[in-house]
Amino acid sequence: MMEKLLLPAKDRLLKSKSSRLDGEFRGKLIVLLCAAIMISATIAITIFLGTKGLQSFTKNGISFIEFLTSTKWNPTDKANPAYGVLPFIFGSFAVTFLSALIAAPLGIGGAIFMTEIAPSWGRKILQPVVELLVGIPSVVYGFIGLTVLVPFIREHAGGLGFSLLSGTIVLAIMILPTITTIATDAMSSLPNHLREGSYALGATRWQTIRKVLVPAALPSLLTAIILGMARAFGEALAVQMVIGNVRDMPSSILDASATLTTIITLNMGHTTYGSVENNTLWSMGLILLIMSFAFILLIRYLSSRRKLR
Amino acid sequence: MKSKTADRIATAVFVVIAIMITAILAGLFFYIFIKGFKYISFDFLTSPSSNVRAGGGIRDQLFNSFYVLFITMLITVPIGAGGGIYMAEYAKPGKVTDFIRTCIEVLSSLPSIVIGMFGLLVFVNTTGWGYTILGGALALTVFNLPTMVRTTEDALRAVPRDLKEASLALGVTHWHTIKTVMLPAAFPSILTGAILAAGRVFGEAAALLFTAGLSTPRLDYSNWNPFSEQSPLNIFRPAETLAVHIWSVNTQGLIPDVEAVSSGSAAVLVISILIFNLAARLLGSFIHKRVTATK
Repeated sequence: MMEKLLLPAKDRLLKSKSSRLDGEFRGKLIVLLCAAIMISATIAITIFLGTKGLQSFTKNGISFIEFLTSTKWNPTDKANPAYGVLPFIFGSFAVTFLSALIAAPLGIGGAIFMTEIAPSWGRKILQPVVELLVGIPSVVYGFIGLTVLVPFIREHAGGLGFSLLSGTIVLAIMILPTITTIATDAMSSLPNHLREGSYALGATRWQTIRKVLVPAALPSLLTAIILGMARAFGEALAVQMVIGNVRDMPSSILDASATLTTIITLNMGHTTYGSVENNTLWSMGLILLIMSFAFILLIRYLSSRRKLR
Repeated sequence: MKSKTADRIATAVFVVIAIMITAILAGLFFYIFIKGFKYISFDFLTSPSSNVRAGGGIRDQLFNSFYVLFITMLITVPIGAGGGIYMAEYAKPGKVTDFIRTCIEVLSSLPSIVIGMFGLLVFVNTTGWGYTILGGALALTVFNLPTMVRTTEDALRAVPRDLKEASLALGVTHWHTIKTVMLPAAFPSILTGAILAAGRVFGEAAALLFTAGLSTPRLDYSNWNPFSEQSPLNIFRPAETLAVHIWSVNTQGLIPDVEAVSSGSAAVLVISILIFNLAARLLGSFIHKRVTATK
């Protein structure tokens, strides 16, 4: 302590300029590295899954067209194996669209309730409700679907209960909070003069919502729905628990079905790494990756339209 | 009069929708808790699970969940905070920044099963580790990083400009300003965001299925040597988490009391996540009050 005080004030207070600038450089380097990690993770995922996913076509010689268009899936048949994943692609799209069909009106309706009908007390109740719904893990949704929904559908609608319908309902509840949250943000960011102008013209609240507010917020509302669909398309475990996982094309909504994610979940564990069947699972993973890029492009397109307005 | 009637009907419809959403949540919680609570006991939480017999507990799964979460946050928080600092303070508008934003967007919208597959390919097969806690934590890091980056970036951007400018005007360098002025001011929001992200990680299962595995070796809780095979702290052992356990007993389990085990586990999982959310809120507002002297 004494020795320190003996030093001139300049030496005590001013650290050398070079060391401070070194720290500056080091700090910038560290955060730059962190940002680089994200870039490399994205590129690594694309490259690794891309090359691995293409192996079933390049290495195992499965026809790409047949893979996407054939409805026959029988990889374990030794004499005449068939690798058509169309039923699973169809299942994925079916549950995605159907669940969006249920969740979109509910989610946007909930958003309108929070922003237009009861902005004070309604929002105070519904906001935490939506946040809690986001918090419930997907396996819990799957488990409740399995113990409540599946028996209910079996008894009241017929069939096995494990069905496209069960998957759709579970997914609809899962993507509901996503859609509601983004739709609420979209509605509440609308400028207030839109509402006031419409009311001043003598429009009722419903007319204002339908003719002014919803059209104005439409690109953002569509973004909300697409983000919900992206989540539904990629959801694996909850759907896998209720959909039944059969390899045939479903002919009705009460039929058991399968999606890309459920087949991957189900078979990845017990197929040998590097086998043909295993490689086709990676190709399905590649489809999921490409679809998730497609959803992002769609959202980008919508947000560029939003900026043009 | 007609438009008035339409308005009333529409209002009624919106109220019904709001009630429906609330009822869904109430129904789910009611079901989870009513069914789950009767299976939660001290014994259930502290006995090991069984693969074939009834009466298994969730001791190891519960420990694994928290341990995987801990390792994940240990990796995610520094990298995510660093990335957030870069985006908020250093990134200049341009192609590179746009590309990083695209990467964040891609990472955050990837299905968790795809991240699990990437983890299987890289952290399990390529490295030759097999199913490990570290592999699971790294996969979850990929899953969690975008959230953490966004949280940090938003928190830093919300710090009043005056603070930063005052510090820079005093001649303090940029990095030193970030370290001593901006980060402490942004800390409450970053902490809240981190805890909320932790809740999400805690319930994640699909990304862990092929990375941390579906089994847990026999653990000896008195063995604290992290390099020992039986030590619970070993990061190179397979670990089935609570969320994965719920899935595996329901789809591939042989135990007769599936319903009891999974109801109990689901309740424990949801309660843990509720605690995370509550803690995030309370802690965030508490620290905010302490450091900013607002009421």
